[in-house]
Amino acid sequence: MSWFEKIVPSRIKTARRVRSVPEGLWSKCPACDAVLYRAEVERNLQVCPKCSHHMRIGARDRLTRFLDPGTGTEIGAKITPEDPLKFKDTKRYKDRLVAAQKATGEKDALVAMGGTLKGLPVVACAFEFGFLGGSMGSVVGERFHRAVEQCIARRAGLVCFSATGGARMQEALLSLMQMAKSSAALARLAQAGLPYISVCTDPTTGGVSASLAMLGDLNIGEPRALIGFAGPRVIAQTVRETLPEGFQRSEFLVEKGALDMIIDRREQRDRLASLLGMMMRLPVAS
Amino acid sequence: MAVNFLDFEQPIAELEAKIEELGHVTSEGEVNIQDEMNRLRAKSRQLTTTIFSQLTPWQVTQLARHPQRPYTLDYISMLCTDFEELHGDRMFGDDAAIVGGLARLDGRPIMVIGQQKGRDTKERVRRNYGMPKPEGYRKALRLMRMAERFGLPLLTFIDTPGAYPGVSSEERGQSEAIARNLFEMSTLRVPIVSVVIGEGGSGGALAIGVCDRLVMLQYSVYSVISPEGCASILWKSADKKEIAADAMGLTAERLAKLGLVDEVLKEPLGGAHRDPESAAAAIKAAVLGHFDTLGKLSPAELVQARARRLAGFGVFSDASA
Repeated sequence: MSWFEKIVPSRIKTARRVRSVPEGLWSKCPACDAVLYRAEVERNLQVCPKCSHHMRIGARDRLTRFLDPGTGTEIGAKITPEDPLKFKDTKRYKDRLVAAQKATGEKDALVAMGGTLKGLPVVACAFEFGFLGGSMGSVVGERFHRAVEQCIARRAGLVCFSATGGARMQEALLSLMQMAKSSAALARLAQAGLPYISVCTDPTTGGVSASLAMLGDLNIGEPRALIGFAGPRVIAQTVRETLPEGFQRSEFLVEKGALDMIIDRREQRDRLASLLGMMMRLPVAS
Repeated sequence: MAVNFLDFEQPIAELEAKIEELGHVTSEGEVNIQDEMNRLRAKSRQLTTTIFSQLTPWQVTQLARHPQRPYTLDYISMLCTDFEELHGDRMFGDDAAIVGGLARLDGRPIMVIGQQKGRDTKERVRRNYGMPKPEGYRKALRLMRMAERFGLPLLTFIDTPGAYPGVSSEERGQSEAIARNLFEMSTLRVPIVSVVIGEGGSGGALAIGVCDRLVMLQYSVYSVISPEGCASILWKSADKKEIAADAMGLTAERLAKLGLVDEVLKEPLGGAHRDPESAAAAIKAAVLGHFDTLGKLSPAELVQARARRLAGFGVFSDASA
């Protein structure tokens, strides 16, 4: 601390003395245990400023900060889930939906927005993991389908950030069919000559990884994200042995040839814009 | 071949055992054994009809997994002529859990693909219990593309507990292999008819099941996860599999009500394994019918209709509509 700072107390310190410290002002990085100032973590896109551990980020937060400020318009916001099977496990599916909607502020597990990325026409989707584990049911499938439709109509590129455990069990076979529906939409996008970048974040497994998440023209991972078809627990049960360190992490998938690259969340705007610009044969962005 | 009876079929098994015992008794008493046997046979049929008219979804699942149930190669040999099995994905290897090849159905050349389970322990291991690895799905994709190239309709038989969840599968991109098939099948320019003959286990089943017409045998099941898997996740106990099977509605009957299945084929009394020939005949008639209808569409119309079909999957409310 310099002599000047010693005599002139910083504004933050003064303010803190007056106000009481609100709950949750500080958080702890789950990877390096560093105590972090929450506002700073938020500014840093939920990436630990100390060790660069990528924590989960809400779908809406991610999209509004990925697209150019103020350009995002939501797609399919009025599509809401139903319970066609009247599914009930230890709780009713209906009640689970209400609880998830309350907890996340979202109607279902996928948020889709049309907008621009550094001026490029883009549609971006993100899974909300907090909503029933980011599981894919009918609403996710329909919103994804409409996101692709908008891409084709606007000649826009598609970016999807996955964070999901897979298909939603409570919609049974209807969920499974969303794998076919989303893949079919992507086939139409490909026929229209438009690029699709899939960003697999922690975690991307099950029916979503076995459909839209692995079908990118580019498949990109966030650092250390868990990505795979079967979850590690299921595999450990099947092979009855402990799995190697780093198995099914982004770095492992790059090594095995399943991902093109890993991009730090804080660089995604710049690098995805650059990649999309080249794929769409557009001049260098100013 | 002696029939293997499932737990809920025990009353039938006991009757059948009695009938068999009587068959060994030489006719010397005053009771007419033949009459008695006929009476018992009628009773057995009656009992089977009663039991099979009120099967629970879990019991249907057990039937779908019955060790004597006809498998893909059994149906191919009963339905088709000139079958030539084709092997290998041209990249890594040949997966015995998926079989496929060129064949003729009623004289017409087709491409046929299906998951294959094993009958005895040795073959079960070789077929990996019908759980395909990425190379299996990539072989299937190679055959699908060949079907498209030569304009051959595609028939797929679905019978798998699911895609193999192992280290090697993950290393070779199980997710990508399945996803790629969904992607490619959605725009394949030939008619596709899929028949669920046993277990339709999740993405591993769907990876050869994106189609123009989905047919299910009466005692087959199709679901997003096995009842055991669903129970252990949602109820935290695999013992709740019966409740889970009920909740997921994985039977042909319930899926037809949801509009996800185009045709449900009635099985012989007691299940397809009691009379494989008649089950095969029913499949053949249904598949030929669908190929006839679909054959009237041009490739472009076919792909368009399939796109509409796939886009229509899902139940939700839309306040903007």
